[in-house]
Amino acid sequence: MSYEFDFSFLDEYLPDLWHGIWLTLGMTTASILPGFALGTLCAVGRLYGPPWARRAVVIYVEGIRNTPLIIQVFWLFFGLAVLQVRIGPFAAAVIALVINVGAYTAEIMRAGFLSIPKGQIEAASCLALKPSQALWSVQLPQAVERVYPALVSQFVLMMLATSIMSQISAEELTGVAYMIQSFTFRGFEVYLVIAVIYLVMASLLRLTLLGVAQVSFPRRRRLGTPL
Amino acid sequence: MTLQMRAPAPSAALHESPSMTSPAAPLVRFRDVRKNFGALAVLKGIDLDVAPGEVVALIGRSGSGKSTALRCVNGLEKVDGGELTVCGRALHSGTVDLRELRQDVGIVFQSYNLFPHLTAEQNVTLAPRKVKRIGKGEARDLAAEVLAQVGLADKAQSYPEQLSGGQQQRVAIARSLAMHPKLILFDEVTSALDPELTGEVLKVIERLARGGMTMMLVTHEMAFARSVAHAVVFMHQGKVWESGKGEMLAHPQTVELRQFVGNGL
Amino acid sequence: MLGLTIEQIAYLFRGAGWTIVLSLLGFVGGTLLGLPVALARSSQSRLARALSGVLVQVVQGIPLPVIMFVVYFGISIGGFDVPALVAAGVAMTLYAGAYLGEIWKGCILAVPRTQWEAGECLALTSTQRFVFVILPQALRIAVPPTVGFLVQIVKNTSYSVVINFFDLTYSAKVINNSTFRPFTVFTIAALIYFAICFPMSLLASRFERRLHRG
Repeated sequence: MSYEFDFSFLDEYLPDLWHGIWLTLGMTTASILPGFALGTLCAVGRLYGPPWARRAVVIYVEGIRNTPLIIQVFWLFFGLAVLQVRIGPFAAAVIALVINVGAYTAEIMRAGFLSIPKGQIEAASCLALKPSQALWSVQLPQAVERVYPALVSQFVLMMLATSIMSQISAEELTGVAYMIQSFTFRGFEVYLVIAVIYLVMASLLRLTLLGVAQVSFPRRRRLGTPL
Repeated sequence: MTLQMRAPAPSAALHESPSMTSPAAPLVRFRDVRKNFGALAVLKGIDLDVAPGEVVALIGRSGSGKSTALRCVNGLEKVDGGELTVCGRALHSGTVDLRELRQDVGIVFQSYNLFPHLTAEQNVTLAPRKVKRIGKGEARDLAAEVLAQVGLADKAQSYPEQLSGGQQQRVAIARSLAMHPKLILFDEVTSALDPELTGEVLKVIERLARGGMTMMLVTHEMAFARSVAHAVVFMHQGKVWESGKGEMLAHPQTVELRQFVGNGL
Repeated sequence: MLGLTIEQIAYLFRGAGWTIVLSLLGFVGGTLLGLPVALARSSQSRLARALSGVLVQVVQGIPLPVIMFVVYFGISIGGFDVPALVAAGVAMTLYAGAYLGEIWKGCILAVPRTQWEAGECLALTSTQRFVFVILPQALRIAVPPTVGFLVQIVKNTSYSVVINFFDLTYSAKVINNSTFRPFTVFTIAALIYFAICFPMSLLASRFERRLHRG
């Protein structure tokens, strides 16, 4: 058995690969902020909301965390099609990712809020801050800072998970790979290349998000405290 | 009131302001205030007045109710019985807007509770900006003013973790001052500090006292209570056991205070 | 029933059976790979740490569907016609091995240093120390996150749909293509996944609470 590696497809299909990379990165960046906002909102609802909100968040979080993303994607994408709601695969993918990552973020942020010493909240209320002001100015920044590494890991996982969106014909990187291998019959080489690209993207995303932290947490920047 | 358990009341009668020269209505008025934690009665009928400009030190063993009494004053603890009036608000009525109350009543904690993600200046100006809606420039001036009052004008841009415990506690005092309160509560503010750092904090409080700030302090610093406070209140088993001017510590009337002071000095 | 025939529902459950089979394969394979990885990751040897670290980083930085494809095409370049189950099983082994290795490394390192030192004082060899002192304590710590990771394994077997492995997700996709009842079909599939995963999630958090209390 001798197998000759052939990476000549790279030249011809480079533009397609770039296109796939952009779509993957686009999906990821489009999902991060809404996913974070949704998760934070749910964490707040679970911790401080009325009983019905707490119950709703638990059902949402447990429902999402105990079923596969791909089933959620199919449910949404094919479901919307049956309802005659026409949204493209990109939009469907982003919506599914936001809903999915929101549930995981909710759990992470809940842990973050719970880790803040009670004295902080007491001090804020003794300074006549409203609960909402204390939440926004005192609790939220500290919670995010404490769980930031976990959030970064979660968003990197989310980026990797976009690779199934070709299943609803979103032409992200893995979808492009499938297309290339079906023309070239060089599946092994194609997916090796794709794997390396994902590795690089995962590292870049991690670095970028850590860079974002350096900018958004001035204390970290000034004191050089690692996250 | 269990008069038989108490020695003859010292010069400052319990139902009057300990500093009897002050003509103004008291800022804080405890009348038979009671407080329970579950089945445990922590305050068993407290009577106490604090006049404007007065400095009152609450002393006593741990568990005597002194901290609970202090925390009732800004509504951190609800009173279960009796009457407690603070800055003209009847806290026992249960209808007081705590946020309004707390604009008049500042508190400094044993554990500082500074916001670690904010600089000293931001710690000090957060509440004035959010609650009183003052502008950026005004906030900066305010921070400079109150930080100078506690001797930390040069630390405005420092984060809490860059400051010593004593400096952090002084920032916490400045944070209270920035709301221009009518009354500041101090809850064992030097207990978490190394002995060499307590002095700088006590000096700040002393300066505030000379400036006419009304203050209630729970403290273990007997010498400080004696020299700075206008009135000292010794609490024991949820009651005001003995109260009077600072010299009372030198001449305790009750066995309990004598024992307490004996241990403390 | 629900607009689906009995056969169609039976087909879904047949898929669910293969989901469980692949999950077990992934867990067994992942354990066989994860144990040496955990030992290497927590070992004294810098080389062992570095090599196992690279393996973990690489696997954790590549999407599982891509790992499935690489394995699938990688085996077939030898000219073998690989059953999807084998490819999916190998891919799940790699994936679970990397994550379990990292989880268990954390558990080994979570045993307090003083325990190592105590073992040293008893004149035990380093192997004896590890087997009799560290391992039993690490195992106790490892139970909750391991059970929790089982949930990830079950959910992530769904990615094998990309190499057309017949599991619950694949069968749901097939039934949906023929019935056009996505809400019904995928809700049933989701409920089956939930019925498998949720009890394990509950168990994991119960173990976790017990560990923190004990």
